[in-house]
Amino acid sequence: MTAVRCIELCRTFIQGDQKITGLDHVTLEVEKGEFVCLVAPSGGGKTTLLNAIGGLDRPDSGEVWVAGKRIDQLSKGALAEMRLNNIGFVFQAYNLIPVLTARENVEFVMQVQGRPAKERRELAENVLAEVGLTGLEDRLPAKMSGGQQQRVAVARAIVTRPAMVLADEPTANLDSHTAEQLMELFVELNRTHKTTFIIATHDQRVMSYARRIVSLLDGRIVKDQQQAT
Amino acid sequence: MAFSNVILVFMISLQFGMYGMMIDNTLALFTGHLQVQANGYKDDKKIRQTVPDAAALADRLSETIDGARVAVRANAFALVSSADRSFGVQVVGVQPDKEPGISTLPGLVVTGSYLQGRSEEVVIGSILARNLKVGVDDELTLIGSGKDGSFAAVVATVSGIFESGIAVLDRNMVEMPLSLFQETFFMGDSAHEIVMRMPGLDDVPLAVSAVSAALPSDQDLVVHDWDALQPGLKQAIQADIAGAWFMYGVLVVLVAFSVLNTVLMSVLERTREFGIVLSLGLSPGRLAWLVMLETALMAILGLLLGVLIGWAVTAWFGYAGFSYPGMEVMADKFNLPARIFPQATMLSLFLGPGVVFVGTLLASIYPALRIHLLEPVQAMRAA
Repeated sequence: MTAVRCIELCRTFIQGDQKITGLDHVTLEVEKGEFVCLVAPSGGGKTTLLNAIGGLDRPDSGEVWVAGKRIDQLSKGALAEMRLNNIGFVFQAYNLIPVLTARENVEFVMQVQGRPAKERRELAENVLAEVGLTGLEDRLPAKMSGGQQQRVAVARAIVTRPAMVLADEPTANLDSHTAEQLMELFVELNRTHKTTFIIATHDQRVMSYARRIVSLLDGRIVKDQQQAT
Repeated sequence: MAFSNVILVFMISLQFGMYGMMIDNTLALFTGHLQVQANGYKDDKKIRQTVPDAAALADRLSETIDGARVAVRANAFALVSSADRSFGVQVVGVQPDKEPGISTLPGLVVTGSYLQGRSEEVVIGSILARNLKVGVDDELTLIGSGKDGSFAAVVATVSGIFESGIAVLDRNMVEMPLSLFQETFFMGDSAHEIVMRMPGLDDVPLAVSAVSAALPSDQDLVVHDWDALQPGLKQAIQADIAGAWFMYGVLVVLVAFSVLNTVLMSVLERTREFGIVLSLGLSPGRLAWLVMLETALMAILGLLLGVLIGWAVTAWFGYAGFSYPGMEVMADKFNLPARIFPQATMLSLFLGPGVVFVGTLLASIYPALRIHLLEPVQAMRAA
């Protein structure tokens, strides 16, 4: 079953007088349960593609299908609904809400989904334990290290067991040990829950966990290869 | 917001209190809350336009209308002369025993005493006394026309001199017992006005209906309330209200803009956080609604605090009175006492804060609309 299908995606950005190509006729299909790495040098288009797949940004042309539904023409509200129920995001800059504690950050998505407080609390504590943050539930992001914040962001992304996790440079600010732990967690989720992972990275350690590597350059897919893990 | 609400509550309460006192004091001095007159007398004060058997009708009305104080008056114009000088005056015939119930003028006698029921006595205004160069116990001669057009004259003794502070009364008015007036001006048992004073202004509309119903149907009599009797008073208040509303309007607009600025800044400052929650799946509509809800809660808090503190401040000044330097001069001019007592009513408590509340909600619409324009990716890049 196809989790994501991108057809002829184009996206350009204007910066001052310059026209920058983010995506140049990108066509990509990802099956459910795949573990894919998007690999590109800085400015290669991997984050732009990730944003288009996640409905965070709209392509100038082309089609984006997620879970059998075309999303590039959805309204903002419908896109938000789609993200809420289907996708977990892990951002390079963590993007935690600074005024909420680790537990509250993790609970936030479930709160928006309208889940009961008791269930939210239980699930949040379980997933925080899963990412190794037991005892830090009531800590604010500002009082946590970069690695701890990234693990809170991962916990927030996976707590609702979404069908797909989109991660943008998830290990960029982590030490090698923490990065390894995080990737093992991703692999475990992928194996046990058939969660689709699409990870934008240029970290070799991350690539070593992927079964498929899609390489981009200047907004184009230049290589798409399977690999043994 | 709470501070502006406190100011609005206090200012509106002060204003309402001031109007209440202005109306009460003006009406209490002479006019009363309502009057029964012959139809047309109000606009053309001819001595012939009378209320027949006025004292008996007044007694009936006094029994019929609960809480009403009733007295009869008759009016005429005359020439008053002392040994040295003569002036044109308004002569008012009053019931000495009942007049203090409807007018504060008897209490304003500063020299001598008010009418004691002696047959030929008068009280006069202080300026008139000065102009005539007379004092208590001096004699005055009054000459005028009677009801039937015949020559009317009487010699009366000054029993007292009043000082109302209102020049037109102090300069031109002479009061004498109604019986002497009726005898002098050939009025028989008739008079010109049955003046009534109610316990409060709020009782007037009902009293007007009740008095109208109680009037004899075979006589062409009408009831006028204070509004008809003193149109200038209401116009002055309306003019003052118009000016005050403008000031309050400016205050409300200032508050609304300050709220708009605050909410807009709070939206702009949280652009990144808004981008994060949008990316996580919160819909723009729901986020905009949350911002409006946040503003509404702030406005409710401001309203409650403003009303509560405003009420407390008003209650304190309502007890102790409010005054400021130079107020005596203005107060004299508008027939107010030197201290004003603000009057907290539901209207004065909630009118201003209510408008501020609505203005605040309206001011939150624009920032909420801006949220709809946010794109998650761009918003998350905001500093």
